[in-house]
Amino acid sequence: MQYAISILLSGVSLGGQYALIAIGYTMVYGILRLINFAHGDVFMVAGLMMVYLTASLPLAASIPLVLVLTVLLGFIIERAAYKPLREAPRMSVMISAIGVSYLLQNLATYVTGGLPKMYPEIPGISATITIAGAPTKVVTIVTPILVLVLVLALTQLIHHTKVGMAMRAVAKDFETAQLMGIRINAVISVTFVIGSFLAAVGSVLYFTNYQSIVPLSGSLPGLRAFVAAVFGGIGSIPGAVVGAFIIGLSESVIKGSSWSIFSDAFTFALLIIILVVKPTGLFGEKVTDKV
Amino acid sequence: MKKTISKSTWMTLLCTAALLVLVVLLENVLDPNKNIMVFTALKKGAVYALVAVSMNLLNGFTGLFSLGQAGFMLLGAYTYAILTIPVSQRDAVYYIYNGSAVNFSLPELLGGGAFGLVLGVVLALILGGCAAAAVAWLIGLPVLRLKSDYLAIATLGFGEIIRAVFQWDKLGPVTNGANALKNFPTFSSFNIQNAGGETVLRLSTFTAFLLAGICIAVIVLLINSTYGRSFKAIRDDEVAAEAMGINLSKHKRLAFVISSFFAGVGGGMFAMFANQAQAKTFTTAMTYEILLIVVIGGIGSVSGSCIAAFLYVAASEWWLRFLDAETFVGGFKVPLLRNGFRMVVFSVVIMIVVLFFRRGIMGDKELPDLFKKRRKEKAK
Amino acid sequence: MSENVLKVENVTMQFGGVVAVDNLNLEVNRGEIVALIGPNGAGKTTAFNVITGVYQPTNGAVWFRGEKIVENHPQGKMRQQYKGEHAGEYTQVLAPTPDKVTQLGMARTFQNIRLWKSQTVFDNVLIAKHCRTSSNVFTATFRLNRKEEARQRENVLELLETVGLADVKDELATSLPYGKQRRLEIARALAAEPQLLLLDEPAAGMNPQETEELTAFISEIRDRFQLTVFLIEHHMNLVMNISERIYVLDFGRLIAQGDPAAIQNDKRVIEAYLGVSEDA
Repeated sequence: MQYAISILLSGVSLGGQYALIAIGYTMVYGILRLINFAHGDVFMVAGLMMVYLTASLPLAASIPLVLVLTVLLGFIIERAAYKPLREAPRMSVMISAIGVSYLLQNLATYVTGGLPKMYPEIPGISATITIAGAPTKVVTIVTPILVLVLVLALTQLIHHTKVGMAMRAVAKDFETAQLMGIRINAVISVTFVIGSFLAAVGSVLYFTNYQSIVPLSGSLPGLRAFVAAVFGGIGSIPGAVVGAFIIGLSESVIKGSSWSIFSDAFTFALLIIILVVKPTGLFGEKVTDKV
Repeated sequence: MKKTISKSTWMTLLCTAALLVLVVLLENVLDPNKNIMVFTALKKGAVYALVAVSMNLLNGFTGLFSLGQAGFMLLGAYTYAILTIPVSQRDAVYYIYNGSAVNFSLPELLGGGAFGLVLGVVLALILGGCAAAAVAWLIGLPVLRLKSDYLAIATLGFGEIIRAVFQWDKLGPVTNGANALKNFPTFSSFNIQNAGGETVLRLSTFTAFLLAGICIAVIVLLINSTYGRSFKAIRDDEVAAEAMGINLSKHKRLAFVISSFFAGVGGGMFAMFANQAQAKTFTTAMTYEILLIVVIGGIGSVSGSCIAAFLYVAASEWWLRFLDAETFVGGFKVPLLRNGFRMVVFSVVIMIVVLFFRRGIMGDKELPDLFKKRRKEKAK
Repeated sequence: MSENVLKVENVTMQFGGVVAVDNLNLEVNRGEIVALIGPNGAGKTTAFNVITGVYQPTNGAVWFRGEKIVENHPQGKMRQQYKGEHAGEYTQVLAPTPDKVTQLGMARTFQNIRLWKSQTVFDNVLIAKHCRTSSNVFTATFRLNRKEEARQRENVLELLETVGLADVKDELATSLPYGKQRRLEIARALAAEPQLLLLDEPAAGMNPQETEELTAFISEIRDRFQLTVFLIEHHMNLVMNISERIYVLDFGRLIAQGDPAAIQNDKRVIEAYLGVSEDA
């Protein structure tokens, strides 16, 4: 029982953390039809920035700074690596995304010397508490709540602000939105800013739980979050959140069983099955090509 | 028209033969122990050239963006290793699992000696390719219905699944679990030794070049055949291709299977190059590396992929090594240079290529095309 | 004598609640040139897509050379949504992919030209021959099909000469002027050795002189290759000059059929094109 609860708890918190990353994927895909392969690495860089900033700054200053810097990073990546390829075939943009991911990983290896870095303890959420007999960190409880709050705020933003309306329009039809006078580049930048911000929040929560960061720390959570986004129906924010919780829970269950070596394999098998059986995911819209 | 085709074919053949001779000469004139970097770069370059061309067949010529290359290489590498480890070595290699479940070795089955070695290695490589092709055939049907980026992520996921399966300890007696397979014939096994055990003729690099060359030649032949042309039609316009009687699912699957076959052979050769086969080497990062080679060389150019493979390998393994070493000029320490800097510079270069030289080195042209153009210009 | 090559039988194509083609019946006989006309959005291209296997009809069947090649009936959700007629008459599901249909002997062109952009004129036509090769991937790769390949190349060259594109055979397809691209698309369709040629607005975007040339060209290839031609067109000059019979589609429904003279005087056709005046 105790074991089951601890697995459930870690699954929910993992799901929440994936949800924050998955939203970044799903929003970017919704608008640019691009799998932003670098998104997971942005998440990793956010974690590393935290490590280096807390070394010289108090925590109260470094957390906001990490958020701002990550947002800036996301913005710069979009402007430097994706914007010049707006008219290029989709394959080129995807390759550029892979290139950025490669660059961020190598940069991280260079800076850290390839050694794992310890994530700083954050008072309040790093503490251990016991729920129904299962010891866990406060962050486990904080995560789902924070995710809920952020997602609600985001849906408000998308449905009730001008920027949100523009984002929905661009997601629906890129060209027409452009013709209607929507400033495409601004909208895309906002999307990347939101995505990176959520990834930064996610990284604080995730690494508080897992503590050590290596340059490859971002790639797997990134891919899993992407699978979550596909599972929920790419382009749909509630879909991404639901998908992330499912992925998080199933990962935690498998990691707790004797099949732990297959936890990633399972995630990807799930992905392939969804793509083949229902490519639009749980909440996605159908897109057809015209002859 | 016809004459120029055969002429350029002859020229290509001649150049390839000359290259092979040059490789043999180089290897026997230069001392490999003093020039390790050169020969490492050449061998790895040959292997990567093959794998890059096989990826190009799919991504560049058929327009299917697949990221499963490392997974198929893994299948090839393991098949090759499992089939060629000498029986006497098996206990040592599989010591954790108390010996191997497979108790034969192809080179020995085929009579041992030089003949058995050559035949066994070639057969094992082909079987490695077949293993990869068979798996590709199985997953091709569902996966290839997916559109571009979904296909990419599904094949990427597939690579990860394969890697997990091969590390599973229940399969240990076959795959040796997460441990490396080793002691199988490598490129160096093809160096000819005299009775005293001295190497009289070094053929290791030559072997790598010859094997890669044959495979690439077959791929080129395929690309220029009626099937290759249909692949290109699918890439250019799927709807039109289908309307013109090209069965999309059959041809896509064919391209996928053939590409995977050569990726499998390439994987076997990679094991020969690395002297070991271990699941954890065949990561997504490896697929990315190969993809970047294809991009640098030019998507849709075989010769571009080959040139880029050698440039990439030489740069990363050899020419840019100095960036990783802390260097002092007099008493002054050159800034930035330390472990890892090489890869940073490297990825920056790659980003520059991706963003500003999108067509890569060759675009979609081949080397003979360039000569042809020049001749045309001269004629004018 | 007049054996029909193509027969569309009670075909209805419904997308969700929208009926794009409503109970279409038509026949095209051997050696004929038949046109399908109608205002924009009448469902002409949809009808083409059903015939060539791009879409699966919601209900109805398509016969080609006396053989039923397409058949469907409303299934799943569609069973309740279906607004057309003849529901329940069809029970089988026959849904060949477009390539199968082409191999049976039908080839088409597209409204918006769809040539293979990176290929030369010659290769564009040669690739269409692929569906007629007997070689498999091994014999093709290792050049064991040399004879067949040589014969195909010769055929393609002849074909290009016939259509007047031999002099540009090594140019990139997309570098050709518009009119020639249209012609190349027809040549490519011919290379697939069809008995029935389907042309989707072959004269779209052409000036009167080009249209006239095209009219002559279509009659010429019909005679030379013993084809049956079924075309969609807006240029009435072309339609009236070459078609033996005309079908008129409006809002997915067939509103008239007959020879050009009859169609020109059909009140319903005039109404469909010009609209009905209020006081009529």
